[in-house]
Amino acid sequence: MSKRINPWVLVTGVVVGVAALVLTAFGNPANMGFCIACFLRDIAGATKLHTAEVVQYVRPEIIGLVLGSTIMSVATKEFKARAGSSPATRFILGFFVMVGALVFLGCPLRMVIRMGGGDLNAFVGLAGFAIGIGIGVLFIKKGFSLKRSYEVARTEGFAMPGIMIVLLVLFLAVPAIFAFSESGPGSKHASVLLALVVALVVGALAQKSRICMVGGMRDAVMFGDFSLLSGFAAIFLTVLVGNLILGNFKGFSTYLQPIAHASQLWNLLGMVLVGWGSVLLGGCPLRQLILAGEGNGDSAVTVLGMVVGAAFAHNFKLAGAAAAVKDDVYSAGGIGTNGKIAVAIGFVVLLIISLVNTLNKKEAK
Amino acid sequence: MIDARGMSCPIPVVMVQKEVKKNAPAELQVQVDSMVCVENITRYARLQGYEVSVAEGGGDYTLTLKK
Repeated sequence: MSKRINPWVLVTGVVVGVAALVLTAFGNPANMGFCIACFLRDIAGATKLHTAEVVQYVRPEIIGLVLGSTIMSVATKEFKARAGSSPATRFILGFFVMVGALVFLGCPLRMVIRMGGGDLNAFVGLAGFAIGIGIGVLFIKKGFSLKRSYEVARTEGFAMPGIMIVLLVLFLAVPAIFAFSESGPGSKHASVLLALVVALVVGALAQKSRICMVGGMRDAVMFGDFSLLSGFAAIFLTVLVGNLILGNFKGFSTYLQPIAHASQLWNLLGMVLVGWGSVLLGGCPLRQLILAGEGNGDSAVTVLGMVVGAAFAHNFKLAGAAAAVKDDVYSAGGIGTNGKIAVAIGFVVLLIISLVNTLNKKEAK
Repeated sequence: MIDARGMSCPIPVVMVQKEVKKNAPAELQVQVDSMVCVENITRYARLQGYEVSVAEGGGDYTLTLKK
């Protein structure tokens, strides 16, 4: 403990873990109480940016996380409109982080939740995530930077919260304009009110604590600072213990895990892409949502990049297919050729972005 | 004085880390523009044995690290 651990991070980790269990108990898909990548993908589907019928729903969790962050940051006077730190590059990074996450079938937060549910495939993902973070850290140590942001008009800072309010109003007032899954993960959800309230609380706490899945490992490796990593551990332990208490835990296994595949090379490589991209962005997908909520226009652009990445992932069949048993035949799931090519392209793009913004370091000042 | 205003996490801490490792200054001032950076640099500096004081002005923060 001592000064190395921030109690807010621990509390947030436990609350995120409990929230994930509650949302799953009340209707969300298994091991998917929260998944930023999956939920942005569902919103992309609901707004018909893609037409994969099983993953279309306006997830109130996303809306709640952003607005929870906005409310907390305004209340604590931390809301600050800023932008201008390589927004187009961040859009591209957000795009490929999403592609990697959908190849693995989950963002870093869902990876931890899957680990707590006994999904060994997610531990392979964790190894990839750590490798990706390691690669990103190497470039940061060599001087990688997406350059500075600047203070902008306060209205710019309310762009993402504004989008979320409009989305919520339309969802409640005219739901018929959206596409909703009738089967599959998109059809499984907790009630709107529960999801929204839980996410508002988590969003507020996440803003206050700065919890970040990628920041934990990065800070531990770079600075010997384990503060954020404690949140990561708290989520894992809370979900694990919660699943044991609820009787959901069936031991650790790679076999037929909920909305997961057992194609381990691609679980690994998908999360390498996510870890690397997230380190370059300065935070995991959850953190990007929270920053967008507190006025960061660059993170808002990153979130939009992730939404577009999700649409591409389904329109071009890049995403992983979950393991399944059909007619008594087990399929381990995995990804198709398009997905493999997309991951390869992602590595090339990330390498170029990493090199260009490391070699350009003189301009950083 | 290190000017890390506008830089996003964790670059400001990296800038401080480089200076600390290179010159091990007894006193160092860092300018940032968000509370997150203040917290991150403070945590890092304390782990390195520095005492940290923070002054706020015009939306920016100046941290003074002393050993």
